[in-house]
Amino acid sequence: MNRFLWPLVGFIVLLAFLAVGLTLNPKEVPSPLIGKPAPAFRIAQLQAENSTIAPEDMRGKVWLLNVWSSWCVSCREEHPVLVEFAQQNLVPIIGLNYKDKREAGLAWLAERGDPYLVSAYDLEGNVGIDWGVYGVPETFVIDKQGVVRYKHTGPVTPDALRNKLIPLIKELNRA
Amino acid sequence: MHSKLIFFILLTLAWPLSHAGEATSVAEDDALEKRVMAVSAELRCLVCQNQTIADSHADLAIDLKNQVREKLRQGMSEQEIVDYMVKRYGDFVLYRPLVKSTTWLLWFGPFALLVLAFGVLVVKLRQRRRAMQQAPALSAEDRARVAALLSESNKKAQS
Repeated sequence: MNRFLWPLVGFIVLLAFLAVGLTLNPKEVPSPLIGKPAPAFRIAQLQAENSTIAPEDMRGKVWLLNVWSSWCVSCREEHPVLVEFAQQNLVPIIGLNYKDKREAGLAWLAERGDPYLVSAYDLEGNVGIDWGVYGVPETFVIDKQGVVRYKHTGPVTPDALRNKLIPLIKELNRA
Repeated sequence: MHSKLIFFILLTLAWPLSHAGEATSVAEDDALEKRVMAVSAELRCLVCQNQTIADSHADLAIDLKNQVREKLRQGMSEQEIVDYMVKRYGDFVLYRPLVKSTTWLLWFGPFALLVLAFGVLVVKLRQRRRAMQQAPALSAEDRARVAALLSESNKKAQS
């Protein structure tokens, strides 16, 4: 009896490990930026080419940085969610138009609505590298002191907003 | 038919020519390029995850290789560049995971399992040997029965 029981126990333990592994998302790599000051940049805006935008400009406010691009397929799924969320006026969203053609980015916003206060125009993707961007879309929550508090990788879903982002934004706004 | 064949032969001959221009820009600085590849081979491509940025052709990997090249040109050391990447992308960017308390299981787990399996094997073998030694020896009567049974089955097999 015993000699059949132990391999069975081992097998069940292995199954349990594999089952847990299936529920994890390997694409979600924890960001080392959490709890650190937001990486600085000052680059041109997408719409107003001659104006710039920098994280310092947002000091004193809780804000979101949303990395997007017109060539990014999952951004298509995310965009209407952001447009609707922006209407709640809970938090300013700064866009980071990542490695995009200016016309394509502008056309995208004209066509689908613009949830962003402004979009920064990161043609070379250097700001993206400083922020550790590896899969567009990505969304960062930055607090009033300019510290990165949370990163959401992949499209923002209504679920993610309801369960994670909105409670966190409300909490940070109270602080 | 013949003209088609000739066309293809010419096409194959022309192929290397069309690419001949590419290598020069890289060969410009062979030593630098070797260093770029060496650093790149230590960095994971976060888009493809199981490739290094040296192996990967993902856009991000190409951008990061360019960053590595630029930083080497600026005189940063290999270690400084790796630290720069870790600061932005986290430990996961290291293709060879660091040995620290959170990765002990990863590094030593397989060896621990091997030692455990070997231990189980030794215990089992000892148990078996003891069981064999303690097994009662056959009595004369038993031997006679064994012989009888064996010869009976031999007869059956022959018939």
